Amino acid sequence: MKRMLCALLLLLPGLASAQQDSMPSLTGKPGDPTRGRAIVANRSVGLCLLCHSAPIPEERFQGNLAPNLAGSGSRATPDQLRLRVVDAARLNPDTIMPPYYRVDGLTRVARNFQGKTILTAGQIEDVVAYLASLKE
Amino acid sequence: MRSLRLAAVLLAVFTGSLALALAQGDSRHSGYQDMGPALRKMQDDDTANPAMLFVQSGEALWSQKAGAAGKSCADCHQHATVSMKGVAARYPAVAGETGEPVDLEGRINLCRTNHQQAPALATESDELLGLSAYVALQSRGQPIAPPNDVQLAALRAKGAEIFRQRQGQLNLSCANCHDDNPGKKLAGATIPQGHPTGYPIYRLEWQALGSLKRRLRNCVVGTRAEAWPFDAAEYLALESYLMERARGMAMDAPGVRP
Ligand code: HEC
Ligand code: HEC
Repeated sequence: MKRMLCALLLLLPGLASAQQDSMPSLTGKPGDPTRGRAIVANRSVGLCLLCHSAPIPEERFQGNLAPNLAGSGSRATPDQLRLRVVDAARLNPDTIMPPYYRVDGLTRVARNFQGKTILTAGQIEDVVAYLASLKE
Repeated sequence: MRSLRLAAVLLAVFTGSLALALAQGDSRHSGYQDMGPALRKMQDDDTANPAMLFVQSGEALWSQKAGAAGKSCADCHQHATVSMKGVAARYPAVAGETGEPVDLEGRINLCRTNHQQAPALATESDELLGLSAYVALQSRGQPIAPPNDVQLAALRAKGAEIFRQRQGQLNLSCANCHDDNPGKKLAGATIPQGHPTGYPIYRLEWQALGSLKRRLRNCVVGTRAEAWPFDAAEYLALESYLMERARGMAMDAPGVRP
């Protein structure tokens, strides 16, 4: 019984990750972690530091609405990180994290942002490369 | 003498709202309490609060005759310190003349156009903000007391719905921040509970006095949603809901905010 449960527990995350816990590259090209860092740091591009803190010491005011991004690369694979940035709501429908690469299912989007994703596919790959480099 | 009186008023405001909060086990508080000591001091000290300059010009406008009727506010309402006590604490309300809900600025403009027969004051103009700050000051320490009115009930329900609706490219609702995450840091800003106790406010970032509507507009734009025009019913609905949500809290206008 106990062994069966263990096997099940091992199996479950595996299944989940195969189906919905991760997402393959959007561009097929590796992102650039230096550019990714700049996107994360920029309050009007990545907006990440509004909610998260990250090991970016030159940025003084960082948010605490969300988990610290330090160590992201040790906690998740690049494919898992990508899904969280693309559309965190696929893992947690109640999340407050904005969907960075989704245009459907949104309400009253301002005219200048309509039909546009918050980040481009290339920018997402850069951000993922940066997050993956954050090892603890 | 003046500062003694001020201290007495402030103490009354503070103990009044505190007593209420304790009695109800109420965790609601004004954005005032989320600010650091320097900004709280700026708001508390009428000689340092920049909003008081606007209040002074509002006070002057109060007794200035205007329009084809050649009447001032004071000609109808006499002393604001008496007639306007508690008034800002119950707006938005339904206007007698039109049977429509209006906020305080809207009410002031109805008096302009109907009773003074003068042109309406422009949205966010110094004149309109000065008058509304002067009127709001007369409610300092008064509990927010929205009127019971079916029309307002419908408006509040609509406001509550908007408050919970996710919107904009960032897909955030007002409730995501103000109900679920008050007290946390959004970059450098402490997220307040979002109560309308202090409006109009002098906001350091604006370097100006601004209405509750202007504040709401900033939050809407922050979610990258389309801002409603200033005369949209949506603001009136949100304002009505926010006042209901803050029912019983003490007014502390004109506030100072970062
Ligand atoms: C408005 C708030 C907000 C913004 C902006 C935001 N996030 Fe998040 N993020 C969250 C929250 C809250 C979580 C926690 C999990 C959840 O609620 O889904 C999270 C989770 C994550 C996770 C998973 C962390 C973990 O330890 O599980 C990563 C990675 C992440 N965010 C990266 C980013 C990046 C990169 C950006 C910017 C490009 C960003 N976030 C912008 C709120 C935000
Ligand atoms: C992503 C977070 C966020 C969202 C979403 C948001 N706000 Fe705010 N709101 C803030 C922050 C932060 C402040 C105050 C700090 C500042 O910007 O000066 C604020 C201030 C306010 C205030 C002023 C409170 C005071 O004490 O003066 C009100 C009222 C308010 N918001 C209402 C709303 C409404 C209504 C909505 C939706 C239409 C909304 N907010 C959406 C973050 C948010």
